[in-house]
Amino acid sequence: MSLQTGWHLSPYAAGAGIGILGWLAFLLSDRFIACSSSYARTAGMIERIIRRAALEKREYYREFPPRIDWEWMLVAGVFIGAFLSSVLAGGPDLSAVPPAWAGWFGGSVPLRIAASFAGGLLVGFGARWAGGCTSGHGISGTLQLAVSSWIAVILFFGAGILVAAALSALAPSAGV
Amino acid sequence: MLTGLHAMRRSQLALGFATGLAFGFILHRSRVADYGVLIGQLLLRDFTVLKVMISAVITGMLGVHALVSLGFARLHPKPGSLGGTVIGSLIFGAGFALLGYCPGTVAAAAASGRLDALLGGLPGIVAGAGLFAWAYPGLRRGVLRRGWFGELTIPGMLGAGRWAVVVPAALLLTAFLVLLEISGL
Repeated sequence: MSLQTGWHLSPYAAGAGIGILGWLAFLLSDRFIACSSSYARTAGMIERIIRRAALEKREYYREFPPRIDWEWMLVAGVFIGAFLSSVLAGGPDLSAVPPAWAGWFGGSVPLRIAASFAGGLLVGFGARWAGGCTSGHGISGTLQLAVSSWIAVILFFGAGILVAAALSALAPSAGV
Repeated sequence: MLTGLHAMRRSQLALGFATGLAFGFILHRSRVADYGVLIGQLLLRDFTVLKVMISAVITGMLGVHALVSLGFARLHPKPGSLGGTVIGSLIFGAGFALLGYCPGTVAAAAASGRLDALLGGLPGIVAGAGLFAWAYPGLRRGVLRRGWFGELTIPGMLGAGRWAVVVPAALLLTAFLVLLEISGL
């Protein structure tokens, strides 16, 4: 288990650290921390392997060419960075059903994986529709005082709060 | 601005990776890549996620606007429209509650052994983004154009200087964090 006390970072220290990474991204790279367009590029890379001809007609991939860029490397870095963190904390420990989910809908692995996939579909589709996610809009866009990002982050959490309340009400067991 | 460095493609890929390494480490250590913590936030029982995000915004906003004022950086506000930003964000928010991770934290959760993130969330987000690319030509000519307001910023909208908005915004966000602590959340 990786839950021994002492490995957590205070939310304020974590936030300050992310803010400083934001300065470095603007200063050194003329970029900002964001994640969701990397998933669109990855989808394009996969589609290119399957059927190259169809990809060339996709208007979206002319705006976001399916190739590795700064932001794609950032998401790869997130994966490795979190892996290193969990190794240093004594992990990673494998689990498929988070306790809070199990408290609502039970311990079925296929149900949780299916729900995650469905949630992921909405997250990927919605993030590209909105032009950003919790990082690109929620942190990097709001810190630039972009109007689009402030609308986005309020609605991300507004819709999230409503759907979480609905899940809690619909859950067969009382849960978290 | 460090335009020479910005143009060095391989160095930039390395910088993106290094930024991600630190970001992923922080996401994991601050527990925001934990399903229970995000759901706790959406149920308004655990404010860890908002505390991390708001302190990142305060820190980032002060530093980035200082860099801009000193001529070391330029802003890249994302363009938006009512049809794009509002509808897309509502779809995202619904998925956010069902998945329990976002595109950044899903990678961190997958790497720390959360198989629902690795086998469900990651492929789901890739598929959702791919589906959007497929639907994009029609959406771009229709709903995404509705209520277009472009790369508008709050100082631009108010016709105010950047610091006239940055300072009050930083104070308001700090007051909100203090209020959370006082109320024991």
